[in-house]
Amino acid sequence: MNLMRRTVLATAAALALTPAAAFAQDTIKVGEINHYKRMAAFAEPYRKGIELALSEINADGGVLGKDLEFIFRDDQGDPAEAVKIAEELMTRDGAVMFTGSILSNVGLALSSFANEKKYLYLASEPLADTLVWKSGNPYTFRLRVSTWVQAAMLAEEAAKTDAVTYATIAPNYAYGTDAVEAFKANLKMLKPEVEFVAEQWPALFKIDAGAEVQAIERAKPDAIYNVTFGTDLAKFVREGTDRGLFDGRPVYGLLTGEPEYLEPLEDEAPEGWFVTGFPWYGFEDGTPGKTFVDAYEAFTGETPKIGSLVGYMTAQSIAAAIAKAGATDTEALRMAFEGLEVENTPIGTLHYREIDNQSTLGAWTGTTAVVDGKGVMVDWTYNDPAPYTPSDEDIKAMRPAE
Amino acid sequence: MAFFFAQFLTGLANAAALFLVASGLSLIFGVTRIVNFAHGSFYMLGAFIGIVLMDLLPGHVDFWGAILLTGLAVGLIGAVVEMVVLRPIYRAPELFQLVATFGVILVIQDLALMIWGAEDRLGPRAPGLRGVWRIFGEPVPKYDIVLIAITPFILFALWYLIARTRLGVLVRAATQDREMVGALGVNQAWLFTGVFALGSALAGLGGALQLPKGGADLLMDFNIIGAVFVVVVIGGMGSLPGAFIASVLISVLNVFGVTYLPQSTLVLMYVVMAVVLIVRPYGLLGREEVAGEHGQVGAPETPIRPYGPKGMALVAALLTLLALLPAFAEPFVLTLVVDMVVFALFAASLHFILGSGGLVSFGHAAFFGGGAYAAALLVYHTGTPMELAFLFAPLAAGLLALGIGWFCIRLTGVYFAMLTLAFSQLVWSLAFQWRSVTRGDDGLVNIWPADWLNGSVPYYYFALAFGVGGILFLRHVIHAPFGYALRAGRDSPRQAEATGIDVKRVQFVAFALAGAMAGLAGGIFVFSKGSVFPTELEIAKSFDALIVVFLGGVKTLAGGVVGASFMTVVEDWLVRLEYWRLLLGLVIIAVVIVMPEGIVGTLRTLWRRIRHSDEEAV
Repeated sequence: MNLMRRTVLATAAALALTPAAAFAQDTIKVGEINHYKRMAAFAEPYRKGIELALSEINADGGVLGKDLEFIFRDDQGDPAEAVKIAEELMTRDGAVMFTGSILSNVGLALSSFANEKKYLYLASEPLADTLVWKSGNPYTFRLRVSTWVQAAMLAEEAAKTDAVTYATIAPNYAYGTDAVEAFKANLKMLKPEVEFVAEQWPALFKIDAGAEVQAIERAKPDAIYNVTFGTDLAKFVREGTDRGLFDGRPVYGLLTGEPEYLEPLEDEAPEGWFVTGFPWYGFEDGTPGKTFVDAYEAFTGETPKIGSLVGYMTAQSIAAAIAKAGATDTEALRMAFEGLEVENTPIGTLHYREIDNQSTLGAWTGTTAVVDGKGVMVDWTYNDPAPYTPSDEDIKAMRPAE
Repeated sequence: MAFFFAQFLTGLANAAALFLVASGLSLIFGVTRIVNFAHGSFYMLGAFIGIVLMDLLPGHVDFWGAILLTGLAVGLIGAVVEMVVLRPIYRAPELFQLVATFGVILVIQDLALMIWGAEDRLGPRAPGLRGVWRIFGEPVPKYDIVLIAITPFILFALWYLIARTRLGVLVRAATQDREMVGALGVNQAWLFTGVFALGSALAGLGGALQLPKGGADLLMDFNIIGAVFVVVVIGGMGSLPGAFIASVLISVLNVFGVTYLPQSTLVLMYVVMAVVLIVRPYGLLGREEVAGEHGQVGAPETPIRPYGPKGMALVAALLTLLALLPAFAEPFVLTLVVDMVVFALFAASLHFILGSGGLVSFGHAAFFGGGAYAAALLVYHTGTPMELAFLFAPLAAGLLALGIGWFCIRLTGVYFAMLTLAFSQLVWSLAFQWRSVTRGDDGLVNIWPADWLNGSVPYYYFALAFGVGGILFLRHVIHAPFGYALRAGRDSPRQAEATGIDVKRVQFVAFALAGAMAGLAGGIFVFSKGSVFPTELEIAKSFDALIVVFLGGVKTLAGGVVGASFMTVVEDWLVRLEYWRLLLGLVIIAVVIVMPEGIVGTLRTLWRRIRHSDEEAV
């Protein structure tokens, strides 16, 4: 009984405090919906990136003379819950727009809701191509670079080798299938003679790594395309390295170079894989990227992840849009986002394309190596997404809403 | 041939950790009859504690010493959980304890996040066991061989403990008839605590032992629990050799599945479980559950009766309030009430078969999500008008329930529950993998109501009419002769048969009706959210409903509805807080301990006691 009472009291106290803080001063509010508990490893750096950007924006006087404020809400990774929270943020909490989500399905639910209710949604992290293309709509904008573009970058590199037979391994859900299809389509375009001799589909975060490695080895491919990430990647790399799967085979890894996935592998990180990722440790002094990294380390005491970058640029984009709109109603904000230029981001000037509401954030590609007992990317480059994006006609044909 | 053999070895190595965890769960269930969902959490704790201890301990004892110590530590945690959370509620209705274990999961998840942080940890390697040995030319990791070698020893040790020691005799006796053991003077409380601690320790050992093949992360509790339940059920609940055979069977089949049917990774084990249960309803080595063996604890249920005038007036006042709500409440409150009504109807439909039928379903989300998907698919692919698609939701869900029920209804108890779970996983994987039709987990979007309903107020009345209508209809059925026949079959199948009731057929029809009503809830749901994703078919969704039914009170008629409303409101408050899972877990545990008959049941008892003392005073 005591326990129960204490819980109730704590809850009541917390509830009493929250609104007081929210209404303490006149701010411009933005709703931020994410899977803070279910995907804590990804969502926490993202949140810190937002907080860093907010501290900078508000130190500079905020937007339209008011402070910019984000209301962070946890959706438990459930699309229906996210839609409910979005409605509450817009109708009750006075948010001017909403952003967030890492999972593509939550992003798609929010996008559909935004289009129906005429609210503005900036999809910060979801990777699914359908978000801006087949299911694209005028009220949804997307920051992070799409699966198709990242896979195309890897395919371009793969086409340069004389590997002809490929094995793929990807988690068994929409992101994995999209990533494999994009890689296949791009590689076949560049090099029609390639053959895909094995396609492995482990269940997400439930990989049976030993069996997957044996199955790939059995197909004797010339090269491997990896889409697994997180704990699946760690297990796959361990088993594959132990069993010699990667010896003499080029491996192409989607997202494998992102600190979220590479850092936990420590000195067992794979070497010589060609990957997309985020080599923050290699940025040179004086570049906008390095400035961001330094500011983030000073602000949080941690090293940045790719989520930190995305969070930071999310807040920057929204601040720029509100400043450009000069107002906070949805239509003004939507028009502002069309063709928006965001200055001084860690990658320079960011642009939101009018044709598909996709930002021009690109991706870093490079080769993995172990330096000082840590997995890093070396010989990396930053790639603009434009050369890897489908033609404007193709995109127009794909977007039914316009 | 060498390749086959190497694959077989991979399967055997995978079976090691799985067997450890599963044997713990099987032991706990066998003796205490607790369906322990928190078992995956002990596995996760084992992994994290193992990493910490391996860092701390010096020299050569570090790795293997740390694994043993981890087992002890997790066993201790298990004992504490049993004494604090479970001991007060052994006399609650059958399966009620699973709600408490669900609270424990939430608490452990947030505590683990607080203590160890969000980042995944890579497990330390076993000293001297990095790399491979070549067997017939095929590389086999050294640690795999060690795992394969260890497992028989563990099986033997467990067998010795159960078959040759006094503790084992007591455990076996309690597995067969725990009331009798209690009557013979054995201190049941300590026996239960001991077995729970042993089971938890085995889960912790499993978590620590798998470290060199993986690591520790915050999702591993949910990721293993499905496989563990499958193994325990295939082997036969309570049977250790069964758990061993099933672990090997599942692990080896998985390895071959990965090679020859790579897409099958999501469902293979559930298909195996469904096949095994259809052929052998009590698992490979399980034995038939004797009627009345459990479920007889707690006070016998009082006869049901319709509400008196006071109750009627209360319900009418509540409905009037809901009907007038749009006049003064802000739009978001209406959305919240729609969510509540949807969940209440979903829970009421489960409560209908669970409370009145005695059929515990672990897969009820198949019908909720099935109804939502049926309506959404029609709209998405054929542009069917919303009104028609909406009516199709309960129809399709009812048909689905007829199909699934035909297989499941012949089973009873936990085996029935697990078979419904297997089928709901099949439905889930269909929605998940048949991308050309269902778009996989990209879901079906833009499923909005017809124009005349599209607005928060019109849709509110629409949801209220169908939601409340569905709940009242189910209530009416319970009071009708059909409901009496259903309860007769639950309380005493033999006597019911003797009076001419075809128990299985009545249960079959009730199962289909419950499915149709869950589908109706799914229909209301999909048009209020505008989209549907495979998450609506997940196991977690089924358990949401199960938990609120138990929280509300199984042996009451309003339990499902009250539990669902309570949960919707509490969750809506708590998720605003940083450590909401911890708080929600504590709230659930507190409700379970304070109100062992569920919210409605306990309130009713209190009410009776007050009125009774009034009458005495008069």
